[in-house]
Amino acid sequence: MTMVDSATHSVSGISASVPETLSMAQAINRALGDAMQEDERVLMFGEDVGALGGVFRITDGLTERFGDKRCFDTPLAESGIVGMAVGMAMNGMRPVVEMQFDAFAYPAFEQVVSHVAKMANRTQGAVRLPIVIRIPYGGGIGGVEHHCDSSEAYYAHTPGLTVVAPATPSDAYGLMREAIAFPDPVVFLEPKKLYWSKESVDLTAPVPPIGRAVVRRAGTDATLICYGTSVPVALEAAEAAESEGRSLQVVDMRSITPFDDETVCAAVESTGRAVVIAEASGFASVASEISARISERCFHSLASPVKRVTGFDIPFAPPKLERYHLPSVNRILDAVDDLQWED
Amino acid sequence: MRPDVAIGELSERAMLPSEHPVCLIDENGRPQPDRRYALPSAEQLVAGYRGMVIGRRINDQCSALVRQGRLAVYPSSHGQEACQLASVLALGDEDWLFPTYRDTIAVMARGVDLLETMVLLRGTWHSGYDPTKYRVAPQATPLATQLLHAVGVAHAATLQGQKTVVLALCGDGATSEGDFHEALNFAAVFNAPVVFLVQNNQYAISVPLHRQTKAPSLAHKAIGYGMPGVRVDGNDFAALQAVVTEAISSARAGQGPTLVEAHTYRIEAHTNADDAARYRDQSEVTEWIPKDPLIRMKTYLTDAGLLDSDLQKLIEHEANEQAAVLRHGLNKDVELDPAVLFEHVYSVPTPQLREQAALLADELEREDAQ
Ligand SMILES: Cc1ncc(C[n+]2csc(CCOP(=O)(O)OP(=O)(O)O)c2C)c(N)n1
Ligand SMILES: [Mg+2]
Repeated sequence: MTMVDSATHSVSGISASVPETLSMAQAINRALGDAMQEDERVLMFGEDVGALGGVFRITDGLTERFGDKRCFDTPLAESGIVGMAVGMAMNGMRPVVEMQFDAFAYPAFEQVVSHVAKMANRTQGAVRLPIVIRIPYGGGIGGVEHHCDSSEAYYAHTPGLTVVAPATPSDAYGLMREAIAFPDPVVFLEPKKLYWSKESVDLTAPVPPIGRAVVRRAGTDATLICYGTSVPVALEAAEAAESEGRSLQVVDMRSITPFDDETVCAAVESTGRAVVIAEASGFASVASEISARISERCFHSLASPVKRVTGFDIPFAPPKLERYHLPSVNRILDAVDDLQWED
Repeated sequence: MRPDVAIGELSERAMLPSEHPVCLIDENGRPQPDRRYALPSAEQLVAGYRGMVIGRRINDQCSALVRQGRLAVYPSSHGQEACQLASVLALGDEDWLFPTYRDTIAVMARGVDLLETMVLLRGTWHSGYDPTKYRVAPQATPLATQLLHAVGVAHAATLQGQKTVVLALCGDGATSEGDFHEALNFAAVFNAPVVFLVQNNQYAISVPLHRQTKAPSLAHKAIGYGMPGVRVDGNDFAALQAVVTEAISSARAGQGPTLVEAHTYRIEAHTNADDAARYRDQSEVTEWIPKDPLIRMKTYLTDAGLLDSDLQKLIEHEANEQAAVLRHGLNKDVELDPAVLFEHVYSVPTPQLREQAALLADELEREDAQ
């Protein structure tokens, strides 16, 4: 592909180092296109990813650009999609598959937990599966039931799966490129409410690798730990707290598995207080895991028990009630207030 | 009925669908002779027409209400009203309906209150009616999953000596899901009194039928499970009513399940959120317009002397009234108590849920105080 449609494509078709304003959706689309351009073993398939370009347009233009052998629609069956990806990966390809929405990945659960996650282990490393399972996840879009689940705990609980959740366009691009090149299967959770959030991105600038968390905002009084959908809410809460005279640090996990204990502990030790924020129901969740790890590792630096602000332990709320269910700035600030400031 | 064959001994021929879809009233409104199926009674045909006119009006009203922001989403069955009505009018009070998100008109035709039906798409709850009261399962979104529930209700009916038959709806795309195949297999193996009606509207969002199957038709799948498959013109209410009624009586008589494939077309985009221009030519849609289920029925009934302008006006008036009920109901903002979020997760709320409910109540109290 030559430089026809935008200055952001080099002659080879790969994104070049010109900072540009991109939404997260565009950034992921760019990552897929660049990876397919660089490595012909990379394939994209799923439901409506061809002519339509995906219901969120993440695969927009890929079939046109690479042909329908590289980006194609399958019959409507998630177990089929993931199962076929396993076989294709066994035979030298690098499939990226799209699950249309979080809850519609459940028919593929058997393939994901019994095969995708375990193949390398079962075969003593002889067969590794470089598969990326893309899942638009989370609420905040006024979606009806089965369209707003935060299902990360199921995947994070499954040994063998690498689980990432970007919160910015740059990270979405960088983490997707790394996920596609990764030797092991990656569950790539795309916060759908952030698909349209924009930022100026230099696609060639490296981002920290899978397995690293980053400090998104410096602060000294308490640490907010978040990932994916909850990052912008945490940042907003930190902003609000500042006007009330409290300095909050924000850590974006980015990668749930592997988990970056080092960055989290260093951050929490620097403030002595922590609140973990996630949209998923809190019971037996990723937020619980983070909270437990902090308690185990940073106990002597803690001035207060670790708090969690999560979705309630209910099926995701209907559109008209979701605002009560989702972690809000006020709920986060209430949790911060509870961090035993008196002593 | 298939009096020629005993249970479990359907001949292969009897399981294969006919070469052409069954059609009793063609797209020009002319009756077509059929060796096997008789035209439903005049009364049934008028009832079907009435229901389709109301259904069309409600479909279009709901599409407008989405644009006005009164509904979260609306998957319209505009053009599929014959399937919506025939499926329901063939059912008895003791029977069950298992609808999908696209089957709002079928749910309403079954007698479910209009506003209770719209709860899901309005976004005030996940389902708004009592399934046991109407014998209508909640509209299912996870594709094909409801088909197994339908088999379960049907098999439980058999075990308990009830005469109940279950009608389960799904789309062409859903036939690719594993659950579709498991449901057909279970139904056949248990000889369950269930009728599967696939509304083949040619698309699963953007994906055309030929990407779902290589089979000569979806109805051909039936023989693989050991049940009859029937193809029917999905825009011909008369044919649908005849075929579904026969399949239901057969199931009720203990002769097991049937797979019915209705050939129809999704005239509108998948939902309001979809842009069909990205994957199909408008000319394809235009081709289907003359095959509209309402037009042919109107022609037939008028020619047969069963419909005059007075009756037409009466039906249209009724359709407008129902649309008005819907409009007024949906234009009112509902006061929702967020405390309902914690109800019915468990029969008895867990201690944790009670804590969370209290936390939210406290938040709201403070919000009010401000
Ligand atoms: C298990 C599952 N996967 C994906 C979806 C997303 N989805 C909703 S409707 C649809 C297309 C269904 O097509 P079809 O069965 O033909 O029914 P139609 O919408 O045409 O009535 C898809 C892919 C879903 N609801 N459930
Ligand atoms: Mg369809």
